[in-house]
Amino acid sequence: MNLRSRRKVINKVALTLSLAAMLFGLFWLAWILFTVLKLGIGGLSPDLFVKMTPPPGTGDGGLANAIVGSAMMVGLGTLIGSPVGVLVGVYLAEYGIKTPLGRVTRYVNDLLLSAPSIVIGLFVYALVVAHTGQFSGWSGVLALALIVVPVVVRTTENMLMLVPNSLREAAFALGAPKRVVIMSIAMRAAKSGVATGILLAIARIAGETAPLLFTALSNQFWSTNLNQPLANLPVTIFRFAMSPFTEWQQLAWAGVLLITLGVLTLNIVARVFLQPDKQH
Amino acid sequence: MMMESAVVNTQAEGTIRRRKTDLGDVAFAWLTRSVAFLVLLTLAGIIVGLAVAAWPSIQKFGWTFLTTTEWNPPMERFGAVVPIYGTIVTSIIALIIAVPVSFGIALFLTELSPAWLRRPLGTAIELLAAIPSIVYGMWGLLVFAPYFGDYVQPALAATLGQLPLLGKLFSGPQMGIGLLAAGIILAIMIIPFIASVMRDVFEVTPQMVKESAYGLGCTTWEVVWRVVLPHSKAGVVGGIMLGLGRALGETMAVTFVIGNTNMLSSSSLFMPGNSITSALANEFAEAGPGLHTAALMELGLILFVITLIVLVISKMFLARLARGEGAK
Repeated sequence: MNLRSRRKVINKVALTLSLAAMLFGLFWLAWILFTVLKLGIGGLSPDLFVKMTPPPGTGDGGLANAIVGSAMMVGLGTLIGSPVGVLVGVYLAEYGIKTPLGRVTRYVNDLLLSAPSIVIGLFVYALVVAHTGQFSGWSGVLALALIVVPVVVRTTENMLMLVPNSLREAAFALGAPKRVVIMSIAMRAAKSGVATGILLAIARIAGETAPLLFTALSNQFWSTNLNQPLANLPVTIFRFAMSPFTEWQQLAWAGVLLITLGVLTLNIVARVFLQPDKQH
Repeated sequence: MMMESAVVNTQAEGTIRRRKTDLGDVAFAWLTRSVAFLVLLTLAGIIVGLAVAAWPSIQKFGWTFLTTTEWNPPMERFGAVVPIYGTIVTSIIALIIAVPVSFGIALFLTELSPAWLRRPLGTAIELLAAIPSIVYGMWGLLVFAPYFGDYVQPALAATLGQLPLLGKLFSGPQMGIGLLAAGIILAIMIIPFIASVMRDVFEVTPQMVKESAYGLGCTTWEVVWRVVLPHSKAGVVGGIMLGLGRALGETMAVTFVIGNTNMLSSSSLFMPGNSITSALANEFAEAGPGLHTAALMELGLILFVITLIVLVISKMFLARLARGEGAK
């Protein structure tokens, strides 16, 4: 084979492999989504949303307490984590761009963004659960809030950095104090991006299981008491999926379907939100 | 921002009015600063908190914790070799699979894909990262592992298993679950992270350089392999490290499929094992206070320190890149 045709063949092979890699990635996505839909859809019924998690071996139940518990913890975690994240993002973009504290904070925040969530769970356990002597909904909220913060910080800072400085200068020239310039001018311009960050943070914590294992644990019964162990979808799915009972596994698949649909919807909505900002 | 001085003096209707330092402004600045400080406190708190909780174990076992294979809660003897081995082996398997695949995906997205397909395909790959790990875990245990045990493992044992040295890795019980299955699922989970960093760094290769190479008659592959890759290798390594960081700390997917046993009896990748994260997820809630909990905390501390080191290396490489949208 001469050099020219050998190069052509290598090129063909490499590009075919690249296409194969793409198909490999899509294959898993399709397989997982297909399975979740196929096995989850059978479990969707009104019972799922009104009945409690059943005792072992009986099929007569739903996930109502787990859904409500998850909603409470995700909601409160977001409510606590987002304002903190936004304020840190404001600091990084508006005050601390080049200050030592700003640099270190930015670096540490990036580390926390990729840190294993299970470690956050251990930390909250050591901080709260070990002292109160009890797994509780509040400790779950705290763990989730700690996961929300870095996500919101990163997007808030990025979005504020995209706001043109001339906008800030115009506001300063009108005599606005800095906090007004930031909160009413810069943040307003960046708000869809910041909202996107919060959506992504919700999507991230909605499926978090590991940190809840050490904090909220789970609860077989109806409870909205955040000082007690609180039922939640991910831990319930974990227990039911690992169990030998088909009824429990069926409920787990239904739960997985709910979480997957919720998380993917949030992600797609967030992307649509972000699109106009992203085009350079 | 250096604009504060502009606000101090405001001229209104011909009279010079000097505005006192705006207290609200000062308070707001301090508020954001102290909240930023909280982020630092969190990192320090995690390290100190875990170290304190792990102290009884650190004190009792010292360095032998890292060299003992025995993990025996009833006898209160703890060694971390098995879970650390599991974490490292599954992460290495994940990288061996995920790196070439991610490279292929990035190559496809930047050079091959028609423009209108780029965005949807890129989003589809990113959605792989959005799927919660518990979904991977349940799918892995109940759907993937049975297939894997029935079809893939016999095929591997019949081919790779026959090789002289490598064969040992691919022999043994074909149960589906085990280190190899966990590594493969981890690979699927980290592909989107590595692929998206690779795609981003491939895109920053100047168009001019690429077109010069094409102008010399290079094929697409030669342009990517000899021009784009050398140009962006720091970013590529950074992306791989980021993926490794994810793989090390992944919990639920691994817990479902790794098999959860603290025995380490053969080098086969088909064997069930344990990782740091799966040991924590399985044992923590049942662990009595005292040495067992402390030993688990020490495992968590070890995991955190390893992950931080990997992430710091990742950031060192990625820092050479222009600050874009940040690495998520």
